[in-house]
Amino acid sequence: MKALLSIHRSGPLMSVQDGGRYGFRARGVSTSGAMDRDAHAIANALVSNEPGAAAIEFALIGGAFTADRDVLVAVTGGRCAIDIAGKAVATWESHLLKAGETLTIGALRGAVWGYLAISGGITIPEVLGSRSTHLRTAVGGLDGRVIASGDILPLGETGKLKSRMLGTPYLRGNAPIAVIPGPQDDYFDESAWKTFLRQPYRTTTSRDRMAMVLDGPALSALKGHDIVSDATVVGSIQVPGSGKPIVLTADGQTTGGYPKIATIVSFDLARLAQLPAGQDFMFRAISADMAEEQAIHAQDRLSAVIGGLKKKKG
Amino acid sequence: MPVTPRPGPRSGPETINEISYPRILRCGDRAIGIEFSDTVSEAANLKVLSLDASLAAEPIDGILETIPTYRSLTVIYDPKTVRGASLGEQLLQRAAQDAAAPDTGRLLEFPVFYGGEHQADFDEIAELKNTTAADVIALHSSAEYRVYMIGFAPGFAYLGGLPEILHTPRLAVPRQRIEAGAIGIGGRQSSINSVPGPSGWRFIGRTPFKLFDPARTEAFLLKAGDRITFRSIDIDEARELDEKVAAGTAELKEIAR
Repeated sequence: MKALLSIHRSGPLMSVQDGGRYGFRARGVSTSGAMDRDAHAIANALVSNEPGAAAIEFALIGGAFTADRDVLVAVTGGRCAIDIAGKAVATWESHLLKAGETLTIGALRGAVWGYLAISGGITIPEVLGSRSTHLRTAVGGLDGRVIASGDILPLGETGKLKSRMLGTPYLRGNAPIAVIPGPQDDYFDESAWKTFLRQPYRTTTSRDRMAMVLDGPALSALKGHDIVSDATVVGSIQVPGSGKPIVLTADGQTTGGYPKIATIVSFDLARLAQLPAGQDFMFRAISADMAEEQAIHAQDRLSAVIGGLKKKKG
Repeated sequence: MPVTPRPGPRSGPETINEISYPRILRCGDRAIGIEFSDTVSEAANLKVLSLDASLAAEPIDGILETIPTYRSLTVIYDPKTVRGASLGEQLLQRAAQDAAAPDTGRLLEFPVFYGGEHQADFDEIAELKNTTAADVIALHSSAEYRVYMIGFAPGFAYLGGLPEILHTPRLAVPRQRIEAGAIGIGGRQSSINSVPGPSGWRFIGRTPFKLFDPARTEAFLLKAGDRITFRSIDIDEARELDEKVAAGTAELKEIAR
C-alpha cells in the first residue's frame, strides 16, 4: 500500500516539480522543473530519493502537511522555521515524520523558492515524461494547478528511514550574476552594454515561475525591440520596448520576439531566482567557453555535496 | 583571468558592415544557435528544417534537444559531452553540406467555423478591409499555409501564407483568455491557438481539432514544415466534430504528403 501526503495549509505558488520536462521545447513545451535545481536535488538526496524525484516547491511561504505512514522529510532552498509535531527542527537535513504528525513550514528568510522532499517522492502520473507542473498551460502536476489546502498526493515506496545531513557545506556566494552575451548582443551598442554591466539591477515582485522582470536603467536596442521570433532558453534575458530586462526562468516560454541581450549562465540562474524582491545586484559577462568549464565544476560540486551526505547520529 | 567578451564579431563568416549567413549565436552555456536569416522567408525556414532533419538522422554527440524556428535552429547540449565552440563549427559544416531535398511536409485540411465566438473580431476585419464576410472566408480559406514553427505554448503553430489583404495589426490591449482552436491573425502572421491563454491577436473563427492534447497518443497534431488549408464549416458540422474530437474519433484530413 502506498502512502499519502495531505496538505492542510499551503502557501502561494506551491506546486509539484521534478527534474524537468525534456525533449519537447521544439513542440512549444517549457522545461519546467524546480526553480532551484540544486536545492531540489539536495532535498531529494536527504530523503534518499533520486535527485530528479517529484517534490513540493513553494514560494516564500510553506504550509502544513501530514502523511499516513512514517516518512522522511527534508526542507531546503533557504532558511525557515520548520517543526514536526510542535518541535522545531533544522532545514537542509532530513527528519522522521511519523504517521499522523504535522510538519509545519514557515516563511523563507533571504530566499524565494523552498523545497519539501518526502521519501518515496510524489508519484502522480507523468505528463510528457515529467511530473512537473507548468501552471500557465496547465500541463503536468496536480491537474496542472497549484497545490491547495485539502489536496492529497500519492507517495512512492520508501526505503529505510535513516535521516541524513550535509557533510560538505553547500554555499553560494554573492558575486555578480554571470551572463554570456548573445544571441542578440549586437542589437545593443557600447553604451547599452556599459549600462548593463556597470549599473546595478534590482529584483522586483513582478516574478513567477515563468520570468523575472528586473528594475534598473533602461536598455535601448539599437535595432529595435522586435525580432522575428526565435528560440528562448531558460536564462534568456529579453529586453522589451520598456528597456527593463526580463529573465526567463523554469516555466519560460520556448520562443519569443524580443531581442535577448545575454543569457544567465546555468549555475547562476538559481542564485538570481533566490534573490528576494528589491535586492540590487550586478551582472558580469564571461565567455561561453569559460561558463561551460564553470558549469561542469558546479555540477561536480553538487555531486560532491550529494555524495558527502552523512547519517545523523541517534 | 577571464577575458570579458565584448559584443561584436562572432564565429562564422561575417563582415563588419554586413552580416553573412549562416552564423553562430551563443545562447548560454547549454545552448547554441545557427541563424540563416533575420527575416521570415520560406528559403531560410527550409534550411532550418533541413539541418534539423539532418541532425535527427545523424545526431551529433551531446545534443539534447533541437528547436527549429522561422530562421534559426537552436540546439541544447550537454557541455560535458560537447563544447559549444566545437558544436558551432560542426553545425556550420553540416549546414554547408548539400542537404537532401527538404521534406515538403504533410498537407492537412482544418475545418473552421468562421465567426461564432469570434464574430466581433471577424466583423471588424471585414469592416477594416471594406469587404464582406463571405470574402474574408473565401480569402482565408483559399490560401495554403505553412507551419514555420511550433512555439510559445505547447503545440502553438505559427503559420506563413496569410493573404496580404488580411494582414491586420495586433490589438493594443491583449485579451485575457482565448480558447484553444481559435484561428488568429497577428500582423502578417497567422496561427492556430493550442491552449487557452491571453493573446493580442485577432481571431476569426475556430477549429474543433486540438493541436495539443497530452492525453492523446500523439500529443501534438502539427510539426514545423506541415502545410495547411482551411475549409469553412457550419455550426452543425462544428458541433458534430466537437463531439467526435471529445470522443477521440475525429480524424484530420490529410490531403497529400
